This record gives sequence, structure tokens and C-alpha cells, in this order.
Amino acid sequence: MEELTGLTIAEARRLLDAGEISAAELTEAHIEAVEAGRALNAFITETPEKARAMAAASDARRAEGRAGLLEGIPVAIKDLFCCAGVPTTAASRILGGFTPTYESTVTAKMFAEGAVLLGKTNLDEFAMGSSNETSCHGPVVNPWRIDGDNRPLVPGGSSGGSAAAIAARMALGATGTDTGGSIRQPAAFTGTVGCKPTYGRCSRWGIVAFASSLDQAGPMTRSVRDAAIMLRAMAGHDPKDSTSARREVPDFEAALSGDVRGLKVGVPKEYRMDGMPGAIETLWQQGCDWLRQAGAEIVEVSLPHTKYALPAYYIVNPAEASSNLARYDGVRYGLRVDGADVAEMYQKTRGAGFGAEVRRRLLIGTYVLSAGYYDAYYLKAQKVRRLIRDDLDRAFEKVDVLLTPSTPSPAFITGERSADPIAMYLNDVFTVTGNLSGLPGISVPAGLSAEGLPLGLQVLAPAFDEETMFRVAGVVEEAAGFAARPKAWWRSTA
Amino acid sequence: MSVDTATVRRIAYLARIGVGEDELEGLASELNKILAWVEQLDELDTGDVAPMASAHDDVLSLRPDEITDAGNRDDVLANAPAPADGFFTVPKVVE
Repeated sequence: MEELTGLTIAEARRLLDAGEISAAELTEAHIEAVEAGRALNAFITETPEKARAMAAASDARRAEGRAGLLEGIPVAIKDLFCCAGVPTTAASRILGGFTPTYESTVTAKMFAEGAVLLGKTNLDEFAMGSSNETSCHGPVVNPWRIDGDNRPLVPGGSSGGSAAAIAARMALGATGTDTGGSIRQPAAFTGTVGCKPTYGRCSRWGIVAFASSLDQAGPMTRSVRDAAIMLRAMAGHDPKDSTSARREVPDFEAALSGDVRGLKVGVPKEYRMDGMPGAIETLWQQGCDWLRQAGAEIVEVSLPHTKYALPAYYIVNPAEASSNLARYDGVRYGLRVDGADVAEMYQKTRGAGFGAEVRRRLLIGTYVLSAGYYDAYYLKAQKVRRLIRDDLDRAFEKVDVLLTPSTPSPAFITGERSADPIAMYLNDVFTVTGNLSGLPGISVPAGLSAEGLPLGLQVLAPAFDEETMFRVAGVVEEAAGFAARPKAWWRSTA
Repeated sequence: MSVDTATVRRIAYLARIGVGEDELEGLASELNKILAWVEQLDELDTGDVAPMASAHDDVLSLRPDEITDAGNRDDVLANAPAPADGFFTVPKVVE
């Protein structure tokens, strides 16, 4: 069983194609792993019966010679994607009892390509967080621990359940969403691969909306190749999302040539942060050396507005969230707390339904959009967003990709940063520019911190050039040879 | 710019989020810390910069004005907390 859950998607595909294993066996091994991993709190809803039925149907399709891109691959889905007939909570009390009658476009595509649903993974409430501590279902525990220390670590967020599920061998692939770093940061914290494609590459239809100009779905896996395989199944134009791109979906896997000779790799000088652990600085340097040895040229670039990216993001993001989350009114779905009149019902429902971080963002968002403050905050932030995008456009006139650390620190101890929102927001310092500008980025596990925790390197590419992003990420992955795995301590406590 | 408890009460009302009187002080302090932090944007001169609303550069397209999704009342009402006779319900708004 253990060996089946340790496979990559590419390896499982080969064994399934060769008839050496069945989707039913592969799924059964993962159902067992999901049950044995409950101490991690990675799943909000497990769907073992659905998984068995989907696996049986997959084996039947394969027997008829009809195998999709993810045929028979057991996956976990972040509980922000609506799956028909499966409760979807966004980790919020306000969506208590909500069971969508429709399927998100991304999951519909994955299931049409043969993927098997293991369950819905935990996340920060409405994806607002960087540690998975704001979930109404309780925090997710990182499968990794500091050497000789049993205190629980955060898995990162907001896609922390998906990241933990991948790191703990509970699924071969998982979906995430990334609004400011919510795929790449948890991937870095758990020693896994997380990819945020270009804004518009994947349809947002059927994904609980957070900040619509920033949200993008992407794959979380244990290899770059797996991310390429999975993204191909997730991506594509959708008439139901007006921002989804009318572009052909390339065979991303075919881009993994291993050849980066002659490519120019930019290193943004403003990303050298005070207080960053030495191991991250060293790893970044090592990443440059690996790419140089593979024939790429390293070029220092400047992104002068870097320090303004997070402050701009923390105006745009809450503003969009306050607009999107206005829909939770206690009338059409989810929680309702009765009141004497409509206004009181709204206030009681939303007061009881939203947690502290969501409430904080909705209040900030409402404030920066309110009469008299719109220009000073919201419009200002939108202008700064343009400056940040211009920085990147200028950098990409000189280089093909950027190489940066994924995060300014490794995973931290649960509870350590939850009292200070701004300290939490700083987690996304290297990832958020990708969201503000819409560019694709991927985090690749590349080394360990002094405490023995995984660290990631990020590759950012120009819009719709995920192929070069994957190609460079594949070379970093190969050179890093990251083989460390968390010890399966959670199995003994299950 | 900083917010006081009266402002927090007002924006909580605008957002239709019930907030206890005893929470206003703490929220004002939290919001002020965040606002002071985002106000570093004022260091930048953005006079001639065009605001950027989305990373999506293409002009949004129009679809034909056709009914593509209808006749699914039961699905639409399936998650309503208090449906009645095929309708959503709200507390009485007209006396």
C-alpha cells in the first residue's frame, strides 16, 4: 500500500497504462492513507464511496481503451471548489450545510479526464490566510516537524490541506487556489510542488470567489512533471468565466526538455530581505549556480516597487473580498440567523458566520471603498499595482524567467504569528507580485533549513509562458534532487 | 488617517456585519495598524499612472443574449435556509 501512495502521477500513469495496477487498488491505498492521516486535519470531507465508484468507472473506461490525462489518479480538491453533491464549506461557518448542485469547471475537466475524488481539503476561511489557522474546521498540521521537536507546525496557507495531503502521501495531486501565494507558499512549507498559472489560464467558475482579479486555480503535486500533467487537465477557456483566456492549452509536459542553455534567468536584487534565514539566501545562490551549470545565464534585475506590493495587495484584496462576500446574506444558501427585520438578519448572520480574519478584511475592504476614502486607498493601490506590473514587464524585456525564494522563512510553529496580521501577511512577499501582475509562478522544493524543514525556490515567467516556467523548474528540481520526506509520525497517533 | 470606534461601527453597518459594542475598540486598533502599514503607498508619486483593475488585458467579450441556464428552480432553492412554496423568504419588509 505504502508503495502505491509514494508514486508520482507520472509513475502511476505508467503502471496503470501497463496494467500492473488498477485505479481501484490505487484508490484503496489512498483511502487508507487519508483515514490514517486524520491527525493532520487535512480533509474537511472524505468521499471514499465516491472515490471507489469513480475508480471502478475509470478501470472500465481504461478497459475500453478510453483513458484521459488523469485516468485513475486519486486527487484531493481544496474545499473552495464546488463539487456537485459534496458539501463545500470554504472553511467558513457561513457556508454550513451548503451542498452545491453544480460542478466547478476545473473539477469537471479533471473528472472528465479520469481523476478520482478522495475528498475536500481544509483551507484558511475563504482562503484568507497564510497558515491554515483561520479555518472553522481547525488548523491543518504540517506533516513536517523540526528535528527533535514535536510542536505542530503550520502547513502554510491558504491551500494548507492540499499541501499536507500531498506531502503526507494521502493523494497524488491536489488542487489549490492562489490569490497572493496560497499555492506556492504551502508548497514551499511542505516540500511539495505548487504552481499558480497565468491569470485566466484556469476558469474560476464554480470556485468560491475571494478576490476575483487575483484568484487563480493551480495544481499541487510531488513533482514538476506531475504539475505539468495536472495543469493541462485543469486549464482551458470557459465561456462561463469572462476572464478565462481564449488560448489553446499546450502540452506542458512536453516542455520539460531539461534544456535551459542560453536562457536568461533574472534575480531581483530587491528580494534580498533583511532578517531572511541564511539557508534561504544560500539556497537561492545555489539555485543560480545550478541553472548556470546547466547553461543558463544569471542576470541581476531590479523590481524597484517590490516593497509596495504587499501594502497595495492588502487594499485590493480586501476591497474585492468585501464586494464578493456581500453575497452571504442568509437568504439563498448557507447559514441564516433570524432577526427582527432584514437588516438585523443580515448583521446577525454575517456576524455569526464570519471568523476574525474574514471580518477584518471585510471591514478594511468596506472602508477603502467607502465614500471619501476610495481615491486615497483603492485607486492609489490600483495605480501602484500598475507600477509593479511595469517593473516586471521591464524585467522580462531582459530575461526569460525570474528565480526567487518562494517564502522568506520555512514553516513556523502553530500559533506563533496568529496574533499579528501584518507579520502573517509578510509570508507572501515573494509570491504576491505574481498575483498583482497575473504572471505564472511555481514553487519547487530545493533544500532544507537549519531546522530540517523544506525550503522552496520560485520560478516566475511572463504571462502564458508556463512552458518556460516548467522547463526551468524541472532543471531546478533535477539539480536539487530533493529526496527528504517527513517521518510518518501521524500514522502512529491515528 | 485613522479610524475611531464610531467609524468602525459605521463600516460594520455598511458591511452588514454585527459587531458587539465591546469589540469596537479592539477592531479600531487592529484596523489602524493595517491602515498605517498600507499608507506607505503615499511615498509614491502616482499622479500620471493609470489604475490597473485586472491582470486580464483582453477586452471582455459579449456572449449572444440567449437563455442558456434556466428551468432549474429546485436546484437554485436546494440550499436556501428557509424556502417556501418555491421561493426564497426574508423577514417581512412591508407592514
